[in-house]
Amino acid sequence: MVTVTMVVITSLFSSMFAIPALLGNEFQTLLAGTIPFGAVPIKIDALSAWFILVINFTMITGVIYGKSYMKPYARQRTNLTMHWLSYNLLHISLILICSVQNAMVFLISWEAMALSAFILVIFESYKADTLKAGINYLIQSHVSILFLMLGFIYVAVKTGSYDFDAIAEFSHQQPAMAGTVLFLSFFIGFAIKAGFVPFHTWLPHAHPVAPSHVSGVMSGVVIKIGIYGILRMILLINADYATIGYIILFISIISGVYGVALAIIQHNLKKLLAYHSIENIGIIGIGIGIGCIGLGTGNELMATLGFMGALLHTLNHSLFKSLLFYSAGNVYQSAHTMNVERLGGLIKKMPHTAFLFLIGALAICGLPPLNGFISEFLIYGGIYDWLFSADLISLIIITFSILGLVAIGGLAIFCFTKAFSIVFLGTNRSNPEIHTSEMSFWQLFPMYLAAALMILIGLFPSVFLNLLIKPVALFTGDIVFNPNLPQMRVFDSLQTINWVSAGFILFILAVWGIRKLVTRSKIITIEPTWGCGYTVPSSKIQYTANSFVRTYTKLAKPMLFIEKDETEITGIFPSKRHYETHPYDNIERILIDFPLKKIASIREWFVFLQNGHLQRYILYGIVFIASVIIIPVLIDSFLIILQFLNHL
Amino acid sequence: MLSLVLILIASLFFTGIIIRTKSIASGRKGPGIFQPVKDVWRLFKKGSVYSETTSFVFQIAPVVYFSSVVMAILVVPFGSTKGIISFDGDFIFFAYVLALGKFFSIISAMDTGSSFEGMGASREALYSMFAEPAFFILMGSFALLTGHTSFFEIFSTLHLGSYITYALGIMATFVLVMIAMIENSRMPIDDPKTHLELTMVHEVMILDNSGFDLGLILSTGYLKFAMYGTLITNLYIGELSMAYAIPIFFITQFAFAVSVGLIESFMARYRMSHNPQFIFALSSVSLLIFLGVLLVLGKFV
Repeated sequence: MVTVTMVVITSLFSSMFAIPALLGNEFQTLLAGTIPFGAVPIKIDALSAWFILVINFTMITGVIYGKSYMKPYARQRTNLTMHWLSYNLLHISLILICSVQNAMVFLISWEAMALSAFILVIFESYKADTLKAGINYLIQSHVSILFLMLGFIYVAVKTGSYDFDAIAEFSHQQPAMAGTVLFLSFFIGFAIKAGFVPFHTWLPHAHPVAPSHVSGVMSGVVIKIGIYGILRMILLINADYATIGYIILFISIISGVYGVALAIIQHNLKKLLAYHSIENIGIIGIGIGIGCIGLGTGNELMATLGFMGALLHTLNHSLFKSLLFYSAGNVYQSAHTMNVERLGGLIKKMPHTAFLFLIGALAICGLPPLNGFISEFLIYGGIYDWLFSADLISLIIITFSILGLVAIGGLAIFCFTKAFSIVFLGTNRSNPEIHTSEMSFWQLFPMYLAAALMILIGLFPSVFLNLLIKPVALFTGDIVFNPNLPQMRVFDSLQTINWVSAGFILFILAVWGIRKLVTRSKIITIEPTWGCGYTVPSSKIQYTANSFVRTYTKLAKPMLFIEKDETEITGIFPSKRHYETHPYDNIERILIDFPLKKIASIREWFVFLQNGHLQRYILYGIVFIASVIIIPVLIDSFLIILQFLNHL
Repeated sequence: MLSLVLILIASLFFTGIIIRTKSIASGRKGPGIFQPVKDVWRLFKKGSVYSETTSFVFQIAPVVYFSSVVMAILVVPFGSTKGIISFDGDFIFFAYVLALGKFFSIISAMDTGSSFEGMGASREALYSMFAEPAFFILMGSFALLTGHTSFFEIFSTLHLGSYITYALGIMATFVLVMIAMIENSRMPIDDPKTHLELTMVHEVMILDNSGFDLGLILSTGYLKFAMYGTLITNLYIGELSMAYAIPIFFITQFAFAVSVGLIESFMARYRMSHNPQFIFALSSVSLLIFLGVLLVLGKFV
């Protein structure tokens, strides 16, 4: 209860500054000097405000959901206290990251966020997998901090100040190339957090093992802080925007396609969702890339559409991804498994969860009339606008961007039809006697809240786009929002989409009404599913997740890496056959596991040193002490001899 | 408005003409061209059988599927008259709203828990996924050619002048015809009249639908055909006056239907495992169109 109050208070307090900032009144103050940092400037501009509001919403739904989700663990009281404490800390550090303007405080908040998220992830630390994934996350987030420190310290050494303004001033004095390099250092740091391919490998491990509300919050807002960092640096650093735009665009397209391509073959529902986070970070990145290229080439409409799409998709993704993770949490609590091959038919037991998952799935596929469509539409708009001012090279890049975005959309539909229908439709695939039931009101309420906001964005996009005017204007300048300009027509399109979406829903309802009216007096019979003449259907003859994606797996084989574990059928009377597949990440195999193995093999050369004899260990100590004394003496005498020789 | 009315009229006889062509080609007498419409009407009047495995998804899916196609039709223009809805980037809306309908038809097939319907659903999901890039690249090329991003403006300013543009028009027609075939699960992707459930795509997905729902699904298929026929017609009519445009429309639709019937009469369905490759090859035809547009615009200097 304390946590809920704390989260709400933090949210209200920060929103108090964020809402005016979003409408145009920046909040700025200088915290009086503390000894290590000097005065700490705090500034909430429109960009920070947008992110703070996004964070607050998901943190609130997360805490409400988490309160009921954690009920079964009520006996682990100390563990729970630690958990909720970290939750508060995470919230506060996220907001601090969005508002401080000093590199030192920024890094400390960043560290606080990484550590508190780590503690949240390893709630079930008595499970080996959880701990392993958690430590994997911890290490990678520190690699991220390393790159950030590198950037910040470089600037601090050059200018002697840790203020963000110093970064801006510094990069404006330097040639654009230096700014680009500086930006890339920051970009790698933030990209690890955000989960861009190839820096994504912690993400599919950490999300599935965390409690569901934590997965929702991690995927919804914590990885978005990486996006915030990238956007903030674009604002601060004066670089060759076109070049960084191309780099971001390239990485994002790969992230998007790779994320969804791997998501399809996952059997673990939460892991599937985690890979979709990578995909959506890719979509946001495409938006940012388009925006940067627009800035670099002076195409303001393209920049506006790109950044607007990226920011709106940040909000959208935080909504539908947290919703989907909460639904996955409900499934886990009632069926006690995340393996989709063992699920099925949950829609009858858990109609609310199924409905909410369906809404989330439609939104994440970018289908109208939900919110995902709006942000993807903006990004498409940016790309097609680029088309008119592009040269040959850009045209080729545009073709790939469009192909990438379309492939992402198509694969996402493929993936979510699989996920939804295998988990919720058909009949149960493992144990028909399983006791599943719908979750409590307080677990469903935050989910409905998120779903309602998603539908609102889908139906009234212009309201939310108006809120985005200020944050986007930070990047593009004010002139862009002159509605009389002819190229602003794309915003009229969104007005049209407003009522088209509403009309669409009304039309569906009308057809539904006619259907009801016509079939009212007709004879309705309930029969078993048509089995083409086969009369003893069982749940085993249903299509499974693996069979649903089999054609795809065969086609995409060169890209994927699937471990197979199977036994052949032997004997005259066929015995039980065993067949297991474990999808694995190819990039992780090449980029993380392979070097690790190499390092481990080098380490093995020195194994003989650790042999368990106390005498030897004492000997090492003596050798060390002796060398500490002798080596300087030797060097000194060597130098003396050298001097002597020189004098000759 | 005009396009909606025309599409509705065309959808009445389109499938009938296909069936008629097939029966003539195989030397049968065959049903009249309004038989499909009569079938739908009969289905509307029938009761339904629902599988005990199904949920509300199965009931709402045909409605959403139908509505999504109607919504897509609303953005299709006709020559110099706008569709009912027209805005910049409406072809993105067109593709995504069709995808919504497909999403529902896939999950409704999976809702029955049948082994056959899952098979169809899986194939449909994969094929439509592969067909989408072709459409987007095609529209992107035309957007580049005309400088506009809405169906109406693209088609009304599209002038086929030089030889290259005629080649483009022919290739675009090919791509659109093939997309229509994939979307409607026709030959050479899928054989709607096959006798074996294992080899079907779309037909197997609707095995459990009956009565009103089946009627809706069938009529959606007719509408879809007419819709793609209209898109193809739009490639050619441009600013022509209605006196020419409307006859051209009906001739194109007729020719489209007859060619579908002929393809189905004289071609065998591709092997299932070759389908993805074939569909993906469409994207390369689209890319050819894109290169052609670059040629026309002189971007290769």
